[in-house]
Formats: sequence, C-alpha cells, structure tokens
Amino acid sequence: MPRSAPRYSLQTMAQITLVEAVNLALARAMADDSEVIVLGQDVGRDGGVFRATLGLLEKFGPERVIDTPLAENLIVGMSIGMAVEGLKPVCEIQFAGFAYTTIDQILNHAGRMRHRTRSRLSCPLVLRTPCGAGIHAPEHHSESPDAMFAHIPGIRVVYPSSPKRAYGLLLAAIRDPDPVVFLEPTRLYRLFKEDVNDNGEALALDTCFTLREGTDITLITWGAMVYETLQVADELSGQGIAAEVIDVATLKPIDFDTILASVAKTGRCVLVTEAPRHCSIASEIAATLAEQGLLTLLAPVQRVTAPDVVVPLPRLEHHYLPGRRQILAAVKKTLEFA
Amino acid sequence: MDFAITRINSDPEVNRRVQYPPPSRTNAAVTVAARFEIHYSQFVDPHGKVVAALPAFAKDPAALIPLYKAMVLMRTYDAKAIALQRTGQLGTYASMLGKEAVEAGVGAAMAKDDVFLCTYRENGVQIMRGLTVRELFLYWSGDERGSDFSVPRHDFPICITIGSQCLHAAGVGYAIKLRKQRRVAVCMFGDGATSKGDFYEGINAAGTWRLPVVFVVTNNQWAISVPRKTQTAAQTLAQKAVAAGFEGLQVDGNDVIAVHHATREALAKARSGGGPTLIEAVTYRLGDHTTADDASRYRPAEEVAEAWRREPVLRLRNYLSETKVWNKAQEEELLRQCNEQVQAAAQAYLDTPAPPVEQMFDHMYATLPAAYAAQRAAILAADHGADHAG
Repeated sequence: MPRSAPRYSLQTMAQITLVEAVNLALARAMADDSEVIVLGQDVGRDGGVFRATLGLLEKFGPERVIDTPLAENLIVGMSIGMAVEGLKPVCEIQFAGFAYTTIDQILNHAGRMRHRTRSRLSCPLVLRTPCGAGIHAPEHHSESPDAMFAHIPGIRVVYPSSPKRAYGLLLAAIRDPDPVVFLEPTRLYRLFKEDVNDNGEALALDTCFTLREGTDITLITWGAMVYETLQVADELSGQGIAAEVIDVATLKPIDFDTILASVAKTGRCVLVTEAPRHCSIASEIAATLAEQGLLTLLAPVQRVTAPDVVVPLPRLEHHYLPGRRQILAAVKKTLEFA
Repeated sequence: MDFAITRINSDPEVNRRVQYPPPSRTNAAVTVAARFEIHYSQFVDPHGKVVAALPAFAKDPAALIPLYKAMVLMRTYDAKAIALQRTGQLGTYASMLGKEAVEAGVGAAMAKDDVFLCTYRENGVQIMRGLTVRELFLYWSGDERGSDFSVPRHDFPICITIGSQCLHAAGVGYAIKLRKQRRVAVCMFGDGATSKGDFYEGINAAGTWRLPVVFVVTNNQWAISVPRKTQTAAQTLAQKAVAAGFEGLQVDGNDVIAVHHATREALAKARSGGGPTLIEAVTYRLGDHTTADDASRYRPAEEVAEAWRREPVLRLRNYLSETKVWNKAQEEELLRQCNEQVQAAAQAYLDTPAPPVEQMFDHMYATLPAAYAAQRAAILAADHGADHAG
C-alpha cells in the first residue's frame, strides 16, 4: 500500500478495504475526541505494520499517536493507567499471538477495575489486534484467541468482518465506557472493498448482523470465515436452498436473541469458525442452542472448526482453515438429517 | 553516560558473590561507556541520634510529630487488623509492621491530587491519603466496597498481582504529562516485584518519556519466604533505575526523615518536569507475610530480633523524646486516641451488613449487557448462597 494520505481526507463515501476502514474510524474518533490516544509498536511513523494507523501521527501529533517501547504488556498496562485517568486509549498489538502476554493485564485489571472499585473507576480502553490465519505468516502470526478473550469477565470482544462493520464497531468500541478487545481479521484486511460512509455513526456492540436472510438453514460465523460462509450461501442458493447467514461480530456479549430466533425459523444450524474446536465460541453457541432452542431444532447443530492443533506454518495452513467444502458438507449433513 | 550518585550500605554477602566494581580494563581501545553510583541516606540512626545535617523540614523536631502520630496510628491499626483476623472477624491480612516510616514518609510527601498506586502492604499511606480505617477493614473482610474510597476518589485500588501497577503508573504518568498537569503518580511495591517484567517495563517507559512517576520499592528483605539475595544479584534495587535512564537512590527505610526527604525531592523533581525517580527504602518485614503465613518456618529468630533494634517507631520516639518535644503524657494520650479511632472503625466495619448480592453484577459494566441479565435474575432468585454460607 502506498504511503499516501488516507482516503478519508478526499471524500466521505469511499470504496475502501477493511484496514482502511479501521484507519478511517481511528481518525474520526481522534478528531471527535481529544481524549482518544493511539499507542503501540510502530503505530506512529510507520503507520502500523498493517498501516492501520497510517497518517494519524501527521494529523494528531506524537503525543496522541505514540510509538511505545517494544513490550506488549506495557502497552496494555499503560493503556489501563491512561483509561483510569480518563483518556480513551486505543492500543495496537501487532498480532494476536503477541497479545497472550497481556492477558494478566486484561483479565486481572482492565476487566476488574470497575467491579473492584464499585464503579469508582473504570477502564475505557480498546485493544486492537489482527487475528486469524491464512496470510502465509511466520509462527505466532495466525492465532485465533477469540474464545480465550471472550472467557474474560468485564470486557467486550468484537470481531468485524467487513469494512462497514469495522468502521461502525470500532467507533462503538472506542466510545464504550468499558474495555473492548477488538479483533481484526487479517485475511480480510485487503481482500475486498466496500462503500463506507464516514458519518461517525457507531454500530451496536451487542447485536448480530444477519447478512443474508433464508428459511432453510442458519449459518452462524464471525471473523474471516464470514467470507467463505457467504460464498457457500451463494452456492446453496443456486441449488434452491435459502441459507440465513449471521455474522455474530460481537463475541462478548453474544446476541443470542437473534441467533435463537433464526434457528427457530430454520430449524437447522451450522456454526463456522477458524478457531480450534475445544471450548470455542462455536461450542458456546451450540450449548445455548441446546439449552434454549432444542425443541426448535430439526437436526443436530454442526460445528465446522479448525482442528485442536497448533496452527500450522504456511505450507500446511490451508489444510487447517475450514474451507467451503467442509461448510457445504456440514450443511448437507444437517439438511439430510431426517 | 555518567550517573553522579553516591553510595550504599552494601550487603556484604552480595559483595562476596558479585565482583563490583568490575576489574579495570587494560586494553586502550576499551573506554568507559557508563558509570554509576547509588547514594544511601540516613539522618537518624537506630539509637535516635542525628548522624547527618537535617533537611529543612526536619530542623524543628516538633515538625516531625505529625509523622510520628501517623506511624503510631498505623501500628495500632495493624495490630487491630491482626487481632480481628485471629478472632475470625477479618479475612487474610498483610501486616505492615516495620514499614511505618516508609508509609509516613511517602504519605506525607504526596499532594491530594497526586495518584497513588500500591500493593496490599501500603495501608499506612492510604490512611494518610484519606481512606478511612473502616474502608480498609471492609477491604480485608472481602468486600469490594472497601475499594470504593470516599477519599481520594482517583487513587488506584490495592494491586495484589505483583508489580502490575508499575505499568498503570506509567500510563497515569503519561496522562498527567499529556495534560500538562503538575501531578505525580506514586507507585509502591516490594522487593520481590523488582524481579518482574512489569516492573522493568514500567520503569523503562517512565524513563523513555521522562514521566512524572515516583517509584518506591520497600525492600523489606523478604518476598514471603524468599530472601532479597535470591531475587537478584544486583547490589541494590535502586540501581535498576539506572538501566531505565533515571536516578535511583537508597534510603534507610526505618528513618522517616530519610524517606520523607527523598520522596519530597523526587516529587518536586517530577512536578517540574524532571522525570521519574526510584527510591529503595531499606527496611525489614517484622511480621509474617500475611496472617496465612508463618515466617518462623524460614527465617531465624535472631535475624528478626536484630531487625527490631532498628525499627522505625521507637527510633523516632527516642529522637522526639531526646529533643524534648515529646513526653510520656503525650504518648499515652496519642495511644488512647489511636485506640479509640481504630476501635470505632472496627465497630463500624463489624456493623456494616454484607453487600447486596446484585452488586456482583451491577459493577461489571457501565450498563449490564442484556445477555447477562438472566444470570443476574437467576442468582437473585435462587439464593443459593445459603448452600455455601458460613
């Protein structure tokens, strides 16, 4: 990507990629609120390793766009201190695999500050980090810790899957009064473009997105797998099968009302995630369907997930990521269940 | 890079193990890249004798009486907390016995709008900051309302995970600097914390941006059962600041004048844009780690007895008595007042009903997400706490 000025300076409605939408939302939030601070490794002069913070340093200066020492736990721990003091830090961890060292700060402090002080203090920070496999990256650059974060009380976990949703959900995350882990699907960063209106409007942080309506089966997914799942829905449409596709998008809390209503309508459900299966978000949704939607089901819920293995290095990772064929096979099994 | 700082009371055992200073180099191509010394300061020795020219604030011995009163209140509170725990009326408690001078010296130096970040062993500073003794008893009883300080509203809650607050302090310092305020973040922790990455990352960041943060490490020689010499081969903990690019110094942590003087200077420096300081207050943990610990399992009684000879409260009382600003009647009256205050606070704590059950949900988020409302309703309806009560 050329180091040109971001598109937001040229027009308000633009065909932009997901990473450009992140950049657009950051610029908007910083322009709207002088308490919004961006910090992380290489977020300043370099514009971020994925260029998500491109142009922010020039526009908002080095006091608000901070290149930090190379220490992930520092980045999150400092953000907590800033947030408690009333700033709105948006920190970047370069890859989700490097965010593991920060879990102490997120779990023991960010998620508890409001609770342990009986709301005397709060911690309105956003931790942004690119997430997921499929970009032929070195080890530790392809992790999917969405369920790990979602298990932490007191925070929100958000995972957009399109430029529009990235823009609206990031604005919502920054304006939210509590800590938000904002996962960005690396594989979708530049995969497609979408019209995004830079109108400053945030999306709700606890509502699923029904991307496609259908009556025969509900396909529930989030993150980069939304892309393949929509392709599968297209393919099914050609076969006369109307699949409803839900992008969960907010992984904590989850909008179970929308999910249960959809499954009540279709009676069949396939969950798709690129995270390992054990204790995944898919497991949580399947359990809730079993508890609260069992009698509406016409077939067992199927999970299409990555296997419970370490993410393979690039030469094998395409075997790891669930693909269209796996999703189709699960759909077929579900539809054929008597 | 040349750090002009003075020198330490070194631990002879550390000196035996670590060759310091390093042997001189004879190769002409090798030059000195950095050099440092660490100052140690003490004004009143263990016998209550003045051993150095007193700083201005201590010239009049009567000016030290408020510090002495604060220290006696701390000791009274500490003893009551242990008594409450031993009689089943308080949860696990971490005694501050022996570090009253560190607490009073730091607490008296801070301004109200400074920000205090601390561990569980800094209740003395917290009392001086305005927390009530009742709030502290509530905290130790296992009640989050004890961290909803009436005063000061902006101080951080007690941090139990070791060293984590060093990073928060860097963030607070950054926020203060960004807003061009004249406030300072004061961050306290123990000797064990200086072994942690959070400590190193925090001081490194504070040095990088010259943040208004004063780090105070209470070196009480023991991290539960692990002695200071096992934490690090460094001769002092203060010198770790040198690696972060700012001043580290050591004070006699049983000499309230030394602690207070160092903290005042560090705060003044931070307030005027001079950046951070690390103060190592050398003292001794006279009590167990907590009421759940038995220190006699791992440290010799002689060592503890020796440490009692250096303890801070008696030292200051001796000094005040010898300078004729304190007498027996004043002492008795002070003890009576402290006991009365602590007893009243203990009673107020014991009279405080348990928090409403819904509080476990109502402070998780600014607004409880609808997805968790059912869990809240279920807990309230079930009253299943009855199964585990007692």
